[in-house]
Amino acid sequence: MNNDKIEQILNEHQGQAGALIKVMMEIQEENKWLPREVLVQISEKLEVPLSRVLRIATFYKTFSLTPKGSYQINICTGTACQVRGAQQVLDKVQELTGIKPGETDPDSKFSLETVNCQGCCSLGPLVEIDGKAHGKTAPDEIADALKKI
Amino acid sequence: MPRINSTAELEELRKGIIAQKDPDKPCISICAGIACLGLGNDQVISAFEEEIKKLSLEDKVDIRATGCHGYCEKGPIVVIYPEEICYLEVKPEDVPEIVSQTVIGKQVIDRLIYTDPETGTKAAHQSEIPFYKNQSRLLIGNSPKINPASIDDYLAIGGYSALAKALFEMSPEEVLDEIKKANLRGRGGGGFPAGSKWETTRNAQPGVEKYVIVNAHEGEPGAFMDRALFTGNPHLILEGLIIGAYAIGSHQGFIYTRHDTPVLRKNLDLALAKAKEYGLLGDNILGSGFSFNVEVHLDVGIFVSGESSALMKSIEGMPPEPRPKYIRTSVTGIWDRPSNLNNVETWANVPQIINQGYQWYSSIGTERSKGTKLISLSGNIVNSGVVEIPMGTTLREIVYDFGGGIPNGKKLKAIHFGGPMGGTIPESLIDTPLDFDELKKVGASLGAGDMLVLDEDTCMVEMGRLFLDFLAGESCGKCVPCREGMRQMLKILTNMTQGEGKEGDIELLEEIAGVVGEAALCSLGRSIHKPLISMLKYFRDEFEAHIKEKRCPANFCKELN
Repeated sequence: MNNDKIEQILNEHQGQAGALIKVMMEIQEENKWLPREVLVQISEKLEVPLSRVLRIATFYKTFSLTPKGSYQINICTGTACQVRGAQQVLDKVQELTGIKPGETDPDSKFSLETVNCQGCCSLGPLVEIDGKAHGKTAPDEIADALKKI
Repeated sequence: MPRINSTAELEELRKGIIAQKDPDKPCISICAGIACLGLGNDQVISAFEEEIKKLSLEDKVDIRATGCHGYCEKGPIVVIYPEEICYLEVKPEDVPEIVSQTVIGKQVIDRLIYTDPETGTKAAHQSEIPFYKNQSRLLIGNSPKINPASIDDYLAIGGYSALAKALFEMSPEEVLDEIKKANLRGRGGGGFPAGSKWETTRNAQPGVEKYVIVNAHEGEPGAFMDRALFTGNPHLILEGLIIGAYAIGSHQGFIYTRHDTPVLRKNLDLALAKAKEYGLLGDNILGSGFSFNVEVHLDVGIFVSGESSALMKSIEGMPPEPRPKYIRTSVTGIWDRPSNLNNVETWANVPQIINQGYQWYSSIGTERSKGTKLISLSGNIVNSGVVEIPMGTTLREIVYDFGGGIPNGKKLKAIHFGGPMGGTIPESLIDTPLDFDELKKVGASLGAGDMLVLDEDTCMVEMGRLFLDFLAGESCGKCVPCREGMRQMLKILTNMTQGEGKEGDIELLEEIAGVVGEAALCSLGRSIHKPLISMLKYFRDEFEAHIKEKRCPANFCKELN
């Protein structure tokens, strides 16, 4: 965890209750997840009750309250990707990694999520591994890509 | 850059920008839309940059990374100006050849241009490719011609002239009147007349500060036209918003968009900063005395925050839970002040209406649905992408002429509009025109314009289940009909797809759907049953086959076959 960076984000928005979501997002982008002590810090710095910080943190899917693996696998389950076989790709990834969407494996190597439509339906089924898009993926192709990691 | 203080200075600046542009200077326009980037277009862009540097052509050739060109299926797309030669599915290794043969040698490379899959006919220019040929690209057509990061590019194509006209030649009432007469209807899903909505906010709570909002949330699966337009030409939407604010009497605007589209966020921030620097945004715009500011807010991952009252809560920094709308948000919105919200495409239509007049605008489209519409085509279709066509175009033309038909020799089964709150219609209704009211009549609200094409292998029970499965994770959970109704409907449909459907399930689904549609709190909750109702209307036999014969007619449900 890069404490200096988190400190910097918090200092920039000291006392700004309205910036809550923005601050949480910036810290999440930096740290990949939101540990409890950070949520407490946010509450104190922004002068927002911890209950409200937790309410926002648990309401939005983007925020994670558990640590993430080294590689983030996002599988688009928007309708266009579903129509083109996203479920088979998801089944394959679950089989290979042994984790379900929302989970991280015991070695903290992979985290798996299903995501809503990413707006590039011509690439469906779409899989993103650490932000890199893999378009028109067949289950076997994605298996190869994962084995290489 | 000193700020612009009058229309004369704006026109002077524009003249200067145009004079500096040599129309014969080669320009390589590379699509950097989301789909093309996903196909590795960043490598194509850097390959062009390296090649141009290697040949020391930096002064002689321009490179432009642009917004979405629309033909996503054939990306990465590269267009070479001034000849407008369009290359499809370009790879980094094609780059040296394109530069030497086409940019310098003015020769067309045959293997990279469009080839008709049936006739083998080739087309070298964008305007000759069947996908583009008959579109009316009034809104998105400029995207290949401008760099979204350059306000000068937007000014060069006449940008901000509508704003100058509105501020100096028209009163706010006249602007409002123009939009009302043009009969511009909201592009976000409701099809509500934008002019009437503006008027409500303008007249609500006299003396109280008013707000205008761009809804760029675009959370429906399969909808990507707003992001394509906004990312590729952010100033167009901004210009429309400022004109709207002037008509309504608002001095503060908000743009609400998704956090997970970094290119859009970057282009948007840049556009706002540049507009401010040029005096087109902020205090005393163009020296007119009118002041207006804009803030960007981000959704961090829930579909319901695209609903207007939920979105406004989110802007206030609260969780996005909708409220009942017996008083409209146009009267009582953000911090209980009048707030006019329109979708990206609605705002984008405003500058051209002001520039060319309501008579021109209302000559396009059908009697009650005017103008063009952006449609994002996805699913079982040869050409996924963004098309822009006049209202009134038939669905048949969209699927076959622009979309190129159904891939792999399959038959068309159904067309679904409007995502998880829309409706599905069968192939037999394919001659229905694209029109807010005509589509509503057959049970498929146009929605934001996302059109999902389904082939014969699609199981409608599974489709209905997928939409509810998506929504079940996106409901805010505040009201019981939506939260629990959806869960129960999802359970019944899941049972059906697993061979555990029972007699009476269809009737029970209809009953729950009826209650949810009547009793849910917000427009999201009151729409979640719509896809299911339309599917039960047109594909009831498939639901019955799942229950009575334990059979999936499309051979999709694994447990049944």
